[in-house]
Amino acid sequence: MAALDASLSGSPPSVGKTGPKLDLATAVETDADGLHTLNLLIGNVHCGGCVRKIEDRLAADPTVENARLNLSTRRLKLQWKGSADAANRLAGTIEDLGYPVALYRMEAVLERDKKTDRDLIMALAVSFFGAANVMMLAWAVWAGHFATMGQGTRDFFHWIAALIAVPCVYYSGQPFFLSAIAALRKGQTNMDVPISVGVTLTTLMSLYETWTGGPHVYFDGALTLLFILLIGRYLDHKVRGTARSAVHDLAMLAGQPVQKLLDDGTLQSVPPDSLASGDRIHVAAGERIGVDGIIRDGTSSIDTALIDGETTPKDVANGSSVLAGTMNLTGPVIVEAKSVGEATVLAEIVRLLEAAEQKKGRYMAFADKVVRWYTPTVHALSLGAFLGWWLFGGLTVPEALMIGVCVLIITCPCALGLAVPITQVVAAGKLSRHSVLVKSETALERLAAIDTIVFDKTGTLTTLEPELVSVPDDPDALSLASSIAASSKHPLAQAIRAAASDVPRAKDVEDTPGMGLTWTDEDGGEVRLGSARWCGIDETANDQSNTTQNALETEVWLTRPGQAPARFAFAPQLRPRTAQVIDTLREKGFDIAIMSGDRARFVEPLAKTLGISDWQGDMTPADKIAAIESLKEAGKHVLMVGDGLNDTPALAAAHASLAPTSAVDISRRASDAVFQGSTLESLPHLLTTARDARSIAIQNIVFSVGYNFVWVPVAVLGLVTPWIAAIAMASSSLIVTFNALRLDGTRTFARIATRRKTLDPLQKAEATA
Amino acid sequence: MNVLLFLIPMALFLSLMGLIAFFWALKSGQFDDLQGAAERILYTDDHPEHSDPVNNTDDKP
Repeated sequence: MAALDASLSGSPPSVGKTGPKLDLATAVETDADGLHTLNLLIGNVHCGGCVRKIEDRLAADPTVENARLNLSTRRLKLQWKGSADAANRLAGTIEDLGYPVALYRMEAVLERDKKTDRDLIMALAVSFFGAANVMMLAWAVWAGHFATMGQGTRDFFHWIAALIAVPCVYYSGQPFFLSAIAALRKGQTNMDVPISVGVTLTTLMSLYETWTGGPHVYFDGALTLLFILLIGRYLDHKVRGTARSAVHDLAMLAGQPVQKLLDDGTLQSVPPDSLASGDRIHVAAGERIGVDGIIRDGTSSIDTALIDGETTPKDVANGSSVLAGTMNLTGPVIVEAKSVGEATVLAEIVRLLEAAEQKKGRYMAFADKVVRWYTPTVHALSLGAFLGWWLFGGLTVPEALMIGVCVLIITCPCALGLAVPITQVVAAGKLSRHSVLVKSETALERLAAIDTIVFDKTGTLTTLEPELVSVPDDPDALSLASSIAASSKHPLAQAIRAAASDVPRAKDVEDTPGMGLTWTDEDGGEVRLGSARWCGIDETANDQSNTTQNALETEVWLTRPGQAPARFAFAPQLRPRTAQVIDTLREKGFDIAIMSGDRARFVEPLAKTLGISDWQGDMTPADKIAAIESLKEAGKHVLMVGDGLNDTPALAAAHASLAPTSAVDISRRASDAVFQGSTLESLPHLLTTARDARSIAIQNIVFSVGYNFVWVPVAVLGLVTPWIAAIAMASSSLIVTFNALRLDGTRTFARIATRRKTLDPLQKAEATA
Repeated sequence: MNVLLFLIPMALFLSLMGLIAFFWALKSGQFDDLQGAAERILYTDDHPEHSDPVNNTDDKP
């Protein structure tokens, strides 16, 4: 079996430069004036210089009306007049500059994210406006308490403050009010409930005081509280939104167009999602199959590593079904697209995925657990204070009510509301510098509880690209092979090329699809590089000469006139420094296991190399779920690290999950976090940061709850005045924020909010494609 | 104290203007590309097309 037909033809998918190009003209929007607009995603843009270069090049084109590249999102908005077909030419000029280009499509989820972002920042601006103006009046009143402000002036100030504060609270409190109402409707309680109650009661009580000409007006407190909480909420939302859109960008860059076969026999490049069931696509050797479907013409073998973890390619012919994400290795095929529901393997995976997600249910965030008892406790305290003063303290109902409300104001969970989000913002910022994008809200908390790590093998512990493991003894063979291989984009050819890249490229190399390369040397002799069949090697004899230890390997042969054929062998390689990472994790006390869909004999040597005794091969997706469930029943908290479609249900079933950026789209979606880069080195960082973040979040929660309860006696005794409330709230928020910043050492706050280098999806997309 | 009747509306008016200006800037996309804006200031201005306002969507004559 080792004698896999290794064709050196066709081209692997990669960003921009090779592979089929998407016909961009189909994505152009044209307005009534004939102005064409195209949104593109540009890779490798790092600085203003790149922006300048691209914009200048485009502006030099006379038809271009407007070209604006956004350095933060790397989106280029290109507008021109004339022919819509110029799209491909213009995109080509950008690629000529060395920047990969992908079509940008907006997803509804991200649109919603962006809208929430904007709503939050507008609420933030309004609360700032309100807080600043009301504070200006409040300071005057507080100063007046110690000096000579008359009651008339004070009431006048209070009325102005009320006029500013009420609409501002109404507007900027929306994010909290809506979320609190939604939670209460579901019969739950969350952090926003006590916040909303606190803010609303503070405002109403202050209105009553203003109406009756009383001295205690807390409008400033309510607005400052909203302002501080909105900062936390905005940053929290922003960080996760950035992670989500980075993951989305990766998907778009990895998404290759497919070659749709038109009725007249010509090919058109279209995005995969534009295909309907029954459409036929042409897949060249070395290309990834872009749709689920059935082979209608051609024979080939396909690499299904990304789907089921198997490293041995499968032979397919007319009538075989294939899945999107598999790699067509040897010959061109025509695939008829089928809808997802018809592809049984994928449908089964989706069913398992949904079942796993349901079973897991909603993880309850730590802060929400705290709020669960915090809210009733403080509300009971407030009621107690009211009843106590009214029944036993001899106060009138309004006076006692005032004290009850004061208890609520002072216990309003301002710092508590910030305690967890601010920690997550800092942790996510730190992690993004270690190339980990955290997508899920509760991911860090769940990661902190992990004690067992389960790895998938193919694509997770190993890379998907083959590496040259055995070269002929004759050094000339390698350099000759490399010079010929330079003409091909096939993964195996590129692996040979990488092994000896300083050799000049051979001219006039002929590429026979599905078979290999031919080159005629100076003396007219024919040199062939390709599969055993192509080079005329007897495969059966060769199979015997290879022992089973080489079963993992894929071969390429080189034949030269008058010399013995030379053999190149390839095998999937461990990600760099995987052994060290595994050792580090073991030292930290994590249990490590491998669960692979690949055959056991391929898993075993790898498990031995890494010193992992707990490994299993031949696992179906259902087996993986079952194994994870049994670990869970044994009280373990499992982190699943995987990339394949077959890992997806297990990713959803595990306590927390992590996928590499090279994973299939559905796996990236199912996982809590995505790591970039060719190594697993970010994994120990992720787990350490998650634990640090948890301990800081707990410190913050304990501090803010404790702090609030310290003030409770003061409030119950009726000693709270507006300026005490203002100081109490602001100081606890500041302390919580500074505590969270400890996570990130000396980094400044601004640096965390703008993480740019590590968030460049294209750098990674290029490396993995 | 009559000065308050003048100063307070003045203060409110000015900060309200600030708020409106911020909303305008937000809506017109001034905050869409903070990193890009920071770099663009360094361009020498020999390319007039680069000096267009941020929301450069209107048709040129």
